[in-house]
Amino acid sequence: MKLPSALRITLYIWMGIGLAILYIPLLLIVLNSFNSSRTFGFPPTGFTIEWWQRAVSSSGALSALGTSVLAGVCAMLIALALGTMAAFAVQRYTFFGRTTISFLVVLPITLPGIVTGIALNATFVQVLGPFGVALGLATVIIGHATFCIVIVYNNVQARLRRMGTSLEEASSDLGANGWQSFWRVTFPGVRGALVAGAVLAFALSFDEIVVTTFTAGPAIQTLPLWIFSNLFRPNQAPVVNVVAAVLAVAAVVPVWLAQRFSGDSTTSRV
Amino acid sequence: MTEFRTSRRAKPSESAPDGVDRASRFSMAHAAEKTSDATPQISLRGLRKTFGAVTAVDGVDLDVYDGEFFAMLGPSGSGKTTVLRIIAGFETPTSGSVFLDGADATGLPSYRRDVNTVFQDYALFPHMTVAKNIEYGLVVDKVPKSERVRRLGEALEMVRLGGFGDRRPTQLSGGQRQRVALARALVKRPKVLLLDEPLGALDLKLREQMQLELKAIQRDVGITFVFVTHDQDEALTLCDRLAVFNDGRIEQLGPAQEVYEFPATAFVAGFVGSSNFIGPHVAREVLGIAGSFAVRPEKVAIMPRGKTVVIGAPRVDGVVRDVVYAGAVTRIIVDGPAGLTLSSTVLNTAGELDVSIRRGTQVTLSWPAAALRRISD
Repeated sequence: MKLPSALRITLYIWMGIGLAILYIPLLLIVLNSFNSSRTFGFPPTGFTIEWWQRAVSSSGALSALGTSVLAGVCAMLIALALGTMAAFAVQRYTFFGRTTISFLVVLPITLPGIVTGIALNATFVQVLGPFGVALGLATVIIGHATFCIVIVYNNVQARLRRMGTSLEEASSDLGANGWQSFWRVTFPGVRGALVAGAVLAFALSFDEIVVTTFTAGPAIQTLPLWIFSNLFRPNQAPVVNVVAAVLAVAAVVPVWLAQRFSGDSTTSRV
Repeated sequence: MTEFRTSRRAKPSESAPDGVDRASRFSMAHAAEKTSDATPQISLRGLRKTFGAVTAVDGVDLDVYDGEFFAMLGPSGSGKTTVLRIIAGFETPTSGSVFLDGADATGLPSYRRDVNTVFQDYALFPHMTVAKNIEYGLVVDKVPKSERVRRLGEALEMVRLGGFGDRRPTQLSGGQRQRVALARALVKRPKVLLLDEPLGALDLKLREQMQLELKAIQRDVGITFVFVTHDQDEALTLCDRLAVFNDGRIEQLGPAQEVYEFPATAFVAGFVGSSNFIGPHVAREVLGIAGSFAVRPEKVAIMPRGKTVVIGAPRVDGVVRDVVYAGAVTRIIVDGPAGLTLSSTVLNTAGELDVSIRRGTQVTLSWPAAALRRISD
């Protein structure tokens, strides 16, 4: 389609403005991480790598990073297992209450995090507390899993629906039993959706702060919690900036992976 | 007397005496070539399948014998595909039984049936090469590698796809995919091959070519082929015997020629080829006989009125309403007496139709007495 050149130029300008709004603040973070001014004065007064050195040796930041990765991986694994099973149940079997199940599985993603947080907190502390359950890493993981499941479920379910059942029928027709069909035909078909779902689930968990606040005990500090509590400490602010810059760059990886893997498996050869 | 394999629904008492006589003589001749006392490869008994409130298959009895090329013909929604899927094991019948090679297979999962399917959309595995697709059934059966390679080579050769083994299904044309699907099913050497509208997705020229190939392959491998189609030309071209499905039931069952020549019901007469229908009222008024009849347009001879009509006793006068030139044939539609409309198909052997026949020409139509088929309604 050929657009009139005036329109084309206008569209380019708007696109430029949109991208600028999205990415200039991120650039600013990266820039500030090298800013020798402690108060992030703009324009930067000088160049330093001091903050980077301090960040690398900051035990608080590193242990928070470790906690976040651990929580993200665990929540992702739970979501993979449960989300995939739910997607199969809903897409491949008919049973009483199927649409209700589908609705209930998806609902947590639309619930405000603060509601999920309060609800889980009340459950863990008031109901399960007397049974010896204390807020800690496990409760954070469970809290994150509630919405991570949705991501995996949606991805896998959509892929299963698009695949249809004819490939599985063909496999069965050729003599493969249920397990063989699953591993040789169904799984390769949904592999891309699983990877995409897992990456997104991890990313969601990694930057979660609201539900985390309500489910983490005093001893647990995930990276977002650490950033939030250190941002306004004059001593720590530059280090926080470095961490934020690292995360902004690191975020490119899962997005790139997710886009690649959620593409058509027949063309991307996943 | 040799069993005349017809639908259980056919009511002989309703057929005209001469019709039954001809039909059974015909089928006796045909059945004599078959070993009709052999165990059928496929036996369906009282098959019914309902989906919710919809009855897809409503009491089907069917025997398909070893080495037959059998067609299940019918319009969409007539239940033919459901019957195929029940034979393959993808659907469980609501009631009734499926016997494969004499053994009850009604509850058997599809992977335990010695039956393979060529799917309408081919259902090739997109993440595997052509070779892996074809080998699939052998791999899951744990066939030793050397034999697998040999059979893969033979299968590729049979469908003329040697050298295509490393391609992906997406890199093939429709006709080539169709062949891969065929090879993938046949490499398992099943006793029965099921084909669900196998040529439906191909264009006309390719379809005609694949029909001949399918027929040749069936002759070579010698196993039973059961295929589902809504295309009556394709059914007549390919099959030895066919079942005409309508509304979940078999309307008529028999050798292709018999079904075409002796349609049992108005539905069959209209669906398999085209027919002129003569209802009971017109039959009494014009022909002076009782009953409903069908006559094929190509058996209706047409003459300008007054000229000698050489064949046939029944004569009907009429006026030409339309002359439709269709390449190989010309179709002439004639308004007869008592609201009767008849069409006559004339082969364009001489290149041009008798120029004296055009719109408005007074003509006389006639046909051999035997061409008039009594049908039940």
